[in-house]
Amino acid sequence: MINFRLDGRSAAPPYLQIVQQVRQALRMGVLDVGDQLPTVREVVAATAVNPNTVLKAYRDLEREGLVHARAGHGTFVLNLPPGPPPGTHSRLGRSLAQWVREAREAGLDDESIESLLRVTLQAAPQEEIA
Amino acid sequence: MTTVIQTRGLVKQFRRVTALSDCDVTVPEGRICALIGPNGAGKTTLLRLLSGLARPTAGQMSVLGGAPRQDPAWLAEIGFLAQEIPLYRRFTADEHISIGAHLNRRWDAALVRDRLKSLNIPLDRAAGSLSGGQRAQLALTLTLAKKPRLVLLDEPVAALDPLARRHFLATMADAVAESGLTVVLSSHLVADMERVVDYLILLSASHVQLSGDIDALLAEHRVLVGPRKDTAAIARTHTIVQAVHTARQTTLLVRGTAPVIDPAWEGSDVGLEEMVLAYMGQDAAPAISRLTPVGEEQ
Repeated sequence: MINFRLDGRSAAPPYLQIVQQVRQALRMGVLDVGDQLPTVREVVAATAVNPNTVLKAYRDLEREGLVHARAGHGTFVLNLPPGPPPGTHSRLGRSLAQWVREAREAGLDDESIESLLRVTLQAAPQEEIA
Repeated sequence: MTTVIQTRGLVKQFRRVTALSDCDVTVPEGRICALIGPNGAGKTTLLRLLSGLARPTAGQMSVLGGAPRQDPAWLAEIGFLAQEIPLYRRFTADEHISIGAHLNRRWDAALVRDRLKSLNIPLDRAAGSLSGGQRAQLALTLTLAKKPRLVLLDEPVAALDPLARRHFLATMADAVAESGLTVVLSSHLVADMERVVDYLILLSASHVQLSGDIDALLAEHRVLVGPRKDTAAIARTHTIVQAVHTARQTTLLVRGTAPVIDPAWEGSDVGLEEMVLAYMGQDAAPAISRLTPVGEEQ
């Protein structure tokens, strides 16, 4: 089971934050096929979000084919999102964390690190890596 | 979609003061509606009219399929929580639950006890000795115990600290998730309740400035920033809600989905609070100069 964190200052509306956090949990291997998502009432009680917002997020995830709502039972994970197998993210995250440590040791501040990452992403377009 | 509240041309006059005029609002079933406006805008007046506690000077209302009236069957469907959080200070929560059982046709005492237990609110202490947040939770829980289909809350979170506010709104949203009831809650602030409300009525200077589904309203509004220039071209395709000019720059908040062709304007999405403040700013002057009679509006 996962907890949703809704950030009022985020540019993403709350329903999108829920969708993104479910996708993220699936990619990170926190949620797996067959796992149940928190019920609408559990999310509402924990975050004071509008129940329709949670329903909208779950409907979006259902349309994507990631989850399936079983009437009276709850919403369950049906498929993992397309992309690399779960675990890839955490493995790459660890090597990125190592790289960030090196960058900080070399004297880069967060702003320089972010702009370096942006420039690198722009310099290596999608098709080159694919 | 079922409509729970519909008003047309609603007017409420107190001697020389007009508290509400030409009020047309519609609230569909199952929504959590924020009634937003500066102090003295007419929020309490509208809630009192909708709950049958006051009668309109003119206009029509339909609430849960009928005109608000002193009829036990109709009143059983409505929960109203006044701003002062009315509780008997010397009575315990348990005693309040017993009173409610005598005064209401439907009454779910078990639900109140369960909710209060899960909120760690003691059932055997006088209401006067509870904290502000606990008193508000007790009053809300009692309001929900009669299983109303429509709940009207007047400034329920204004006096609460942020954590108590969150818990109060969670209790309210949980009741909506459970039973599909409709809620209208008033506030002069929108930030506190942004994530819990999905419908908006914006009152300013006794008029409805804006109302509707929040996502739909946000999609219709944009902020345009550009060099200082004449706004007549924009005004032909969009409604300019607010215009702020500096010596070199003009910032507009506009309503309308037509594309902006002039590349000098840079458009961006607008947030709920920004949109609300722009509409309130329009009528700030009349709202402030308006006098309100004692006992009807705070």
